[in-house]
Amino acid sequence: MANENYSAGNNGNWSPRIVAFFCNWCTYTAADLAGVSRMKYAPNIRVIRLMCSGRVDPQFVLEALARGADGVLIGGCHPGDCHYSEGNYKCLRRFRMLKRVLADMGIEDKRVRLEWISAAEGEKVKRVVNEMVNEIQELGPLGIPKKFEEWDKEIEHLKQHIESQEFKQEEVKK
Amino acid sequence: MIMQKNNDSIRIGFYICHCGTNIAGVIDVEAVAKYIAKLPNVVVSRTYKYMCSDPGQKLIQDDIRENNLNRIVVAACSPLLHEATFRNAVKKAGLNPYFFQMVNVREHDAWVHQDKVEATRKAIALSRAAVQRVPLHKPLDIKKIPINQSVLIVGGGIAGIHAALVLANAGKHVYLVEREPTIGGHMAKFDKTFPTLDCAACVLTPKMAAVGKHPNITLWTYSDVIKVDGYVGNYKITVRRRPRYVHEDLCTGCLECIDACIYKEPKFPDEFNLGLGKRKPVYLPFAQAIPSVVTIDPNTCIELKTGKCKKTCVEACGDRNAIDFSQKEEIKEVTVGTIIIATGFKTFDPRKILYYGYGIYPNVITSLEAERLLNAAGPTGGEFVTKEGRKPVRVGIIHCVGSRDENTNRWCSRVCCLYSLKLAHLIHERTGAEVFNFYIDMRTPGKSMEEFYVRVAEEGINFVRGKVADIYPEKLDGSTGRLVVQAEDTLLGRVLKVPVDMVVLSVGLEPDPEAENIRKMFNLSCSAEGWFLERHPKLAPVSSFNDGIFIAGCCQGPKDIPDTVAQAGAAAAEAFSLLDLGYIEMEPNTAYIIEEECSGCKSCISLCPYSAISFDPVKKKSVINEALCKGCGTCVASCPSGSIVQNLFDDSEIISEINGLLQPLQV
Repeated sequence: MANENYSAGNNGNWSPRIVAFFCNWCTYTAADLAGVSRMKYAPNIRVIRLMCSGRVDPQFVLEALARGADGVLIGGCHPGDCHYSEGNYKCLRRFRMLKRVLADMGIEDKRVRLEWISAAEGEKVKRVVNEMVNEIQELGPLGIPKKFEEWDKEIEHLKQHIESQEFKQEEVKK
Repeated sequence: MIMQKNNDSIRIGFYICHCGTNIAGVIDVEAVAKYIAKLPNVVVSRTYKYMCSDPGQKLIQDDIRENNLNRIVVAACSPLLHEATFRNAVKKAGLNPYFFQMVNVREHDAWVHQDKVEATRKAIALSRAAVQRVPLHKPLDIKKIPINQSVLIVGGGIAGIHAALVLANAGKHVYLVEREPTIGGHMAKFDKTFPTLDCAACVLTPKMAAVGKHPNITLWTYSDVIKVDGYVGNYKITVRRRPRYVHEDLCTGCLECIDACIYKEPKFPDEFNLGLGKRKPVYLPFAQAIPSVVTIDPNTCIELKTGKCKKTCVEACGDRNAIDFSQKEEIKEVTVGTIIIATGFKTFDPRKILYYGYGIYPNVITSLEAERLLNAAGPTGGEFVTKEGRKPVRVGIIHCVGSRDENTNRWCSRVCCLYSLKLAHLIHERTGAEVFNFYIDMRTPGKSMEEFYVRVAEEGINFVRGKVADIYPEKLDGSTGRLVVQAEDTLLGRVLKVPVDMVVLSVGLEPDPEAENIRKMFNLSCSAEGWFLERHPKLAPVSSFNDGIFIAGCCQGPKDIPDTVAQAGAAAAEAFSLLDLGYIEMEPNTAYIIEEECSGCKSCISLCPYSAISFDPVKKKSVINEALCKGCGTCVASCPSGSIVQNLFDDSEIISEINGLLQPLQV
C-alpha cells in the first residue's frame, strides 16, 4: 500500500509542520523563483496563496496552530511595494496585535513570523524557511490539538463531577 | 469547525502531472493519486505525463463529460503559469472556470526538496487541501471592463521611440514622456553602431523626426511622471512639465536666439557632450534634437538668475514671441490604458575604481566620451585627440570596467566587448594609432558579431588577455604626457607595461538611479541589481507583474540596440493586443458584504486603498462598489462580524485549506 509509506509517524522522528500565507505578488512569486532556480530548502512548509498579506486574518494563524501547525509564516511585499499600496502595513498592524495575544497564550515568539520577501528574493524564501524550521525543531512540537483533547477530557471530567454533585444535592433535597 | 461533509452532488476530478521527470522524479505521483482517490467526493484521480498538453487537457474534459465531474483539481506547476490554461480547458467542457483549483507541486515542492518521501507527503497535503477547498467554490462570472485606448511610454530612448511609433502607426494615441530636453537617449550620442558600423544618427534621427510630427504622439520632453493611480485599462497619470522658458509651439528652431545670447562664447559644460564641449544658457542639445526647440537653463541664464539681462535673445526672437521668462511648470493629467516603461540605463562611474585614475588623469576617458570625440557632431568635430589636442599614437581600451567584478558589479554588461571592438576600429581608422584591447574574456555572441571581431583583429588591433591592475603616468612629472597601462597577460604569463597616450575605459551598464523612483511609482519589481523584473524570464519577458505595464530596453537589463528595438516592438505588441480587444477580463476575486450580517461599524471603510467601500446611511450598512474593488481582501480580514466575503478567497475556503494541510495522513 502506497499510502502507508507516506503516513505521518512511520519514519520515526518528529519534524515541524509550518503553514505559510504568501501574497500572490511578491512572496509567492519569490517562492516560485526559488523553485525555478532549484534552490533546496526544508520540506516542512506548506504554502497557502492569498492575493495580499492584508488578507491574512489573525484567525487563520490561530486556526492553523489549533489544527496542528507548529509554526506559521506570513510573507508579504516590502513596505512601500505592496501591489495594493498598503495591505502589508495592515498585515503588520494585525500581526503586532496577534503576537501579544500569542505571547499571552504561551506560544513562543519564534513560532509565528512575518517576513517581507520581494519577487526577486528566492534566496530569502530559502533562508527564512530553513531558519524557521531549525528554530521550531529546537522548540519542539506545539501540539495544540493534543492539548485540546486533554482540555476536552478535563471539561468532561468537570462536567461529570458537577453532575454528580447536583445529583447528590437533589438526593439531599428529597 | 468546518468539516467537509460527504456531499453527493460534489464530484471532484483530481489530476497530478508528471511534468516529464520534473515532478515525477521527486514525488511519487502514483501514491498521491491513490491517496487522493480515497478522499470524500473524489470520483476520478489520475496521473498524466504532461497535464498542460492538449491530450492532458482533453483527459480532464472527457472526464467532466463522462463522469459528470463538477470540480477539478490539478496538481502541477505554479498557478501563475498554468492556472489560466486549465480554467480555459474546464470552461470549454462546460464547467464554470472557477470550479477549478491548482496545486503547486513543482516550484513549491519537487524543485525545492530532495527527500522523496517528505516531498510526496507534502504533495499529498497540498493536494488534499485543494480537494477540501474546491467543493466550497462558487460559480463566478468574469468581469469585463472597458480599456482606455491611450498608452503612456516613459523614456524617449530608442526603445521608447520604437514602441511609440509602432503603437501610433496602429492608430493608438501615445503620450511619450522624456526627462531630457530631447528624445534620442544614449543612442543619439553614439557615433557608429556595431557590427555593421552604420552611423547611429542616420538610423535614429529619422525615427526621432517621425515621433516629433506624428499626429498620434503627444511628446512631452523635459517632463517627469510624478504620480500614477488607477489600474490596467484606466491608469491616471500626472506629468510635470518643467519650464524650458520657450513656447514649444511658437519656437521654429531657427536658433537665432543662441547667436544673439549675451554670452558671446559658449561657456557652460554641455550635458549632451558629457561636459566635453560648451554651450550657452540657451541651447539645443544637438542639431537633430526633437523637438527642435531651444531650452533656457535657469541655472546659467542671467535673466532667470538676476532679472538684469538685456534679453538680446528675446529681441532676436522678435515677432515669434517664443521666449517667455515667466513660464511656470505645468501639470498634465491624462488617462491611459497601458504603460510601457523604457527608462534605460546609466553607465558605470569609473571614479569608483581608483587605480584607473579616471578624473585624475585627463587622458583617461570613458567609452561614452570616446563616442562623443569620434562623432562628427561632437565637441571636437570628430577629431579623436587627447586633452592637449594631440593625435594619440597609442591607445589602450580596458574592457569590463564596472562589469564582471566582485568589487563593483558582478554582471556582464553584454555590449562592452563589441563596442570596444568598434571603438578600436574607429580610433585606428581615424588616427592610425596602435590600439591595445585589454580584456578578460572576449564575448561576441549574436549575428555577425564574431565575424566583426575577426575583422577588427585582422585590421591589426592588439588584444591582451588580462585585467588591468594599474594606470600611472610614464614620468612622475607628467613630462611625456603619456600613461602606462600595467596588466598581466594571462596567455603569456607575464606582466606588460604599455605606454599609451589615451586610455578608454569600457564602462558597464547600470540601472539608472532614477529607476528606484519609477519602480516605486509604477509598483514594479526589481532584481537585486536594480533592473526591472519581467513577469517570467522566458515566457513573459516584456510584461511586469502589474497587468498592463510592460518593460522594454535596458531598464530590464543590459542589451544592444537590435535587442532593445526587438523588445520595444514586443512591448508595443503586448500593449496593442490588450488595447485592441477593447475590454479587460478581471479576476472575479472581489469582495462583497453580506447585508444581514453587517453591523455598520464602518471599520472596513478606511482600510480600502481604492475607496471602494461606502456607507449606506439609510440601511446603516457598508457597501462595496464591485467596479472599484481590486480584490486584495484587506477589508475581509478586518471585518469584526465576518460579514465580508471575498470571492475565490472566502474564509471557509481558506480554513478548509488549512485543515487539509494539517490533517494526519491516515484517513
